[in-house]
Amino acid sequence: MAEVVGAYFTSHVPAIGGAIHRGDQQTPYWKPFFDGFLRVHEWLAEIKPDVAVVFNNDHGLNFFLDCLPTFAVGAAAEYHNADEGWGLPLYKSFAGHPALSWHIIEQLVGDEFDPATCQKMKVDHALSIPFELAWPDVDAWPVKIVPVAINTVQHPLPSAKRCLALGRSIHRALASWQGDERIVVIGTGGLSHQLDGARAGFMNPEYDRFCLDNLASDPDALTHHSIHDIVRLSGTQGVEVLNWIAARGALGPTAREVHRNYHIPISNTAAATLLLDPV
Amino acid sequence: MADHDTLPIPGTTLFDGDAAAKGYALNALCYSFNDAANRQAFLDDEDAYCARFDLTPVQRKAVADRDVLGMIAAGGNIYYLAKLAGIFGLNVQDVGALQTGKTVAEFKQMLLDQGKDQAHG
Repeated sequence: MAEVVGAYFTSHVPAIGGAIHRGDQQTPYWKPFFDGFLRVHEWLAEIKPDVAVVFNNDHGLNFFLDCLPTFAVGAAAEYHNADEGWGLPLYKSFAGHPALSWHIIEQLVGDEFDPATCQKMKVDHALSIPFELAWPDVDAWPVKIVPVAINTVQHPLPSAKRCLALGRSIHRALASWQGDERIVVIGTGGLSHQLDGARAGFMNPEYDRFCLDNLASDPDALTHHSIHDIVRLSGTQGVEVLNWIAARGALGPTAREVHRNYHIPISNTAAATLLLDPV
Repeated sequence: MADHDTLPIPGTTLFDGDAAAKGYALNALCYSFNDAANRQAFLDDEDAYCARFDLTPVQRKAVADRDVLGMIAAGGNIYYLAKLAGIFGLNVQDVGALQTGKTVAEFKQMLLDQGKDQAHG
């Protein structure tokens, strides 16, 4: 039987990709952030995943406003990065796991979710950067992926409660999958940050700590805030915490914190990295 | 929806259906900049390139003026606007400075100041 072996969460700020490209990991600005990944590398070597279910948000690479799904599940055999418009290096492609994708989609629709299904889906820095951080210096990614994209761009966004329920539905799919894969779930983005408007540069360590302190033991605590609350507390792009909440649901009912790193600022963002083990 | 969900958040515009409808052409312009040839076409002849997208006069002026807050007020979404900013080599600190009336150095310092004594883990 397949096993969900852990959950990995990290910010996905595009500037991280630039820092990796330049080899800036040990410079004073970046070191406190990158040093948080030494434990991630050890942990991945311990849990040895071969599939990743990745909750992330598209930033205008695959989806435009002509057709913007609230939830979209990738069901492709491969996923490619492409030019995002501002000079990031092009990232490696990913192998998909279409059979597991469709199994997840069956479970989601059976549980009365209505996701878009994507047999073609470009993936942007929100997916690639967490992989670059987790597996630096590999020629090919050691895991196949099932990407799940959550709309964090255009309101109305799905509620935190709905995202947690979506993740829990995906956990049921993983628990009933008949393969023998070792599955890691990944949530990317956040934590607090705001890129736009006169409040640009806003961050909120207090709310971020609330999220980090509760994600393992009481993820429902994060669902008591409305989307409007989360924007107020976390910034217009801080709503990417929805990806974390959904991934927490996919990990399973109980979890234990293994590692966290929290550092302000990376670019305009309060950067966080978190590892959870299932219990 | 709780009552407080209708209260405005200072300095913040929610990109909702109204904004997305109003900003469609402007965001379509910016989305096109995922293609390097389109970025070059914009640089070669900004007026001619923008004319392909049916911008409102307000949107066209905001683009011409590099007025980020004006673009947001005209329905621009920051994820798409960032692709326009990228053409000029501007990153999100540059864009943050433009929106907050700070110098880039001041904006970066404001970000750094928020990190004091906050690291944990």
